[in-house]
Amino acid sequence: MSVSTHEAAKPVKGLRIDFKTLGPLLALVLLVILGYSLNPAFLNEGNVTNILTRSAFIGIIAVGATFVITAGGIDLSVGSMAAFIAGVMIIVMNWAVGSMGASIWTVLIGVGCSLILGVGAGFINGFLTTKAKIEAFIVTLGTMGIYRSLVTYFADGGTLSLASGARDIYRPVYYDSFLRIPIPVWVFIFVAIIGWVLMNRTAFGRYCMAIGSNEHVARYSAIKVDRVRTATFVLQGLCVSLATIIYVPRLGSASSATGVLWELEAIAAVIIGGTMLKGGFGRIGGTVIGALILTAIGNILNLTEIISNYLNGAVQGVIIVAAVYLQRGSLRTRRKKAE
Amino acid sequence: MNSAAGTPMQAILSAHRISKSFGEIPVLFSVDFDIKPGEVHAIIGENGAGKSTLIKILSGIEQPTSGTISYDGQTVTLPPNGEAEALGIVLIHQELNLAEHLTVADSIFLGRELKKFGFLDLGEMRKRAVAVMERLHVHVDPDARINTLSVADKQMVEIAKAISRDARVLIMDEPTAVLSVGETETLFEQIRRLTARGVAVIFISHKLDEIMELAQRVTVLRDGQLIATVGTEALTPDSIAQMMVGRELSNLFPPKHEPDVDAPVVLSVRGLKAPGVKDISFDLRKGEILGFAGLIGSGRTAVAEAIVGLTHKSEGEVSVAGKGANFAHVGQSVGAGLAYMTKDRKGRGLLLNVGLQPNLTLLTLKKHLKGIFLDSNSEAKALERAVRRFDIRARDASVRVGQLSGGNQQKLMLGKMMESEPDIIIMDEPTRGIDVGTKQQIYHIIAALAAEGKSIIVISSEMQEVIGLSHRVLVMREGRLAGRLEGAEIVEAEIMRYAAGIKQGGDDERINA
Repeated sequence: MSVSTHEAAKPVKGLRIDFKTLGPLLALVLLVILGYSLNPAFLNEGNVTNILTRSAFIGIIAVGATFVITAGGIDLSVGSMAAFIAGVMIIVMNWAVGSMGASIWTVLIGVGCSLILGVGAGFINGFLTTKAKIEAFIVTLGTMGIYRSLVTYFADGGTLSLASGARDIYRPVYYDSFLRIPIPVWVFIFVAIIGWVLMNRTAFGRYCMAIGSNEHVARYSAIKVDRVRTATFVLQGLCVSLATIIYVPRLGSASSATGVLWELEAIAAVIIGGTMLKGGFGRIGGTVIGALILTAIGNILNLTEIISNYLNGAVQGVIIVAAVYLQRGSLRTRRKKAE
Repeated sequence: MNSAAGTPMQAILSAHRISKSFGEIPVLFSVDFDIKPGEVHAIIGENGAGKSTLIKILSGIEQPTSGTISYDGQTVTLPPNGEAEALGIVLIHQELNLAEHLTVADSIFLGRELKKFGFLDLGEMRKRAVAVMERLHVHVDPDARINTLSVADKQMVEIAKAISRDARVLIMDEPTAVLSVGETETLFEQIRRLTARGVAVIFISHKLDEIMELAQRVTVLRDGQLIATVGTEALTPDSIAQMMVGRELSNLFPPKHEPDVDAPVVLSVRGLKAPGVKDISFDLRKGEILGFAGLIGSGRTAVAEAIVGLTHKSEGEVSVAGKGANFAHVGQSVGAGLAYMTKDRKGRGLLLNVGLQPNLTLLTLKKHLKGIFLDSNSEAKALERAVRRFDIRARDASVRVGQLSGGNQQKLMLGKMMESEPDIIIMDEPTRGIDVGTKQQIYHIIAALAAEGKSIIVISSEMQEVIGLSHRVLVMREGRLAGRLEGAEIVEAEIMRYAAGIKQGGDDERINA
């Protein structure tokens, strides 16, 4: 490429950008060292497996959220959506057990039902955002309330429990391992890889970034903005559905308390991972690390006595604010350069 | 016309060796400037020459990177955010800064409302507003809402507002750009009345004849450098133009190849109606460069956006190469070989926070797919080709597009449009805010494309550009075609007459055009 003197653009990358890319990973490594030094049991195989499995739910949802946020949207409904899907799955599976007995088909019907609900709920969010032109924040605030109250209504204020016959068949999806790695972790790995490829190696990912970066430019560049935006919400719904499929066999029940605050944890994982809340820049790898960081913090607080476990939320809050501060720092220098 | 012109008098406001950089991009280099009471001092220069930056510094909105400002002989640091108004230095922006829903009287007293017992004294403010306007011979209803006024009246309200604040230096950024000839004359009378009372007026304009008529001195800027400050009596429009451009104008534009009158019509528009467009019809032939002239807001961009499907047209027929082409989406127009290059490269054209490659291929990403995956090799090759073809200069491909100069951004955007291999290209203000060297490059690219058989519409507010490039020129006014010019008719004065509404016509020869 030709070099111009009057351009005189000095290297602006340097440490800050490298820190931005590797920052979340670095933070996770520090956290692991901290955890191990506070309590060596932190790195026991059982504990590591435990952290990975627990981070799978939030992680899978957060991969979907990365697309929504990158394209300039936000989805607050994912926690309630998970509870709603879990509730309906249990009702449907219980009905299936009742009418044709418990078999592998019971579980497959439940899984199919979950996928349809997830995709449908995502589509509704996307449709209202793009066609009715309501801000994503408002739309998903609305659907969040709707799903939460529906699951409360279905459970009649109590708990929906999966019939024991189906529970025994379904149980391995959460508790079994393959190559010593639990199934939920496999699903998480699978979703993360697909998500990474979609974000970084397909036109869809590029379009998400373009729309989140500047919707006008996207429109003038012949991108079907509404369609791509809706697709991000559908993808989010699909991820919620997958997370719910591996969550239900864990407790075999759903109630109004299922999935509470998952939306905020998912958004936090995305943000800690370096995706910009404003959109335009998405990092799936960062999101995965963000989910691991959030789970690891809780785990470390459980294993040590220094800080009360009740302060888990406070520590997570500090990490989120710090991550956003660092993001904004590099954004400010970038804006200065752009002028 | 006033006493200040000839007699030596101390400058009221002066700038000494002012430089200004935004980030790493220098926009002004050691510029000197001064103005005396009762004087009209014009600043002239191409787009991007640094005129706006200079007046922002003179009014305190921007602080100079180096150099000093003196006011009344004292070295001062002008307060930012328009607080210099309190000192008597008032900048009237081109887009006018009035709150649309306030009344005229409210606007004149905005920010220093008169009060009685802590409440607004509406009666007194209205009385004083009327008094100020009477003094200035401004005939505007003090109770009218700003959004009901014409642009010219809004300007008068701005002037009244400034005068009611005892403005001693009035800075006007292209005040006549959106005025009719009659309105311009009224404005000039007003300016003469002000200077007779000792107000100093700094005035930016692109219109050389206006400057000759109104100003005592002219400062010419080019690429951020002070070229000269001279008395208007020593100047001709030609000599100013030459100083602005810094070379013979004839070199700036490539020679026009002969238009082929028998070439097939590639784009035909009949009775187009859309937001901002009232009944537009025209034809574009293969290999032709068709200029769209007109004032800002005359509907030229609206025509282009309606044709390519960015806005919905309410009526009319568009056909490309004889086939109906009523596009509902930009993708369809690109598919049909018609590309529109926006004038707003930062807001609509390019993603400023990503690199060159994703920007170049965004419009045509489907060309770079291998199966469902993006082929970054193919993208990199496209960028390499575009960099060579359009001489895009960047330190390396990872530089964010926001850091490129305006000229390189423009060339990248051109490359992006050309990736779609269009036969028809609509370029909206293709050289806005870029340096003369790059302008010349872009002009040559446009001419070469036309010579290759591409058909090009150039929408431009720079008269020289429309004249220098186009085979034919359509002049728009208020959403309609006001005039059609061809060959030797394409001269500045003629275009201006149509654009300003002094002369009408053209519709009779519609079908031929």
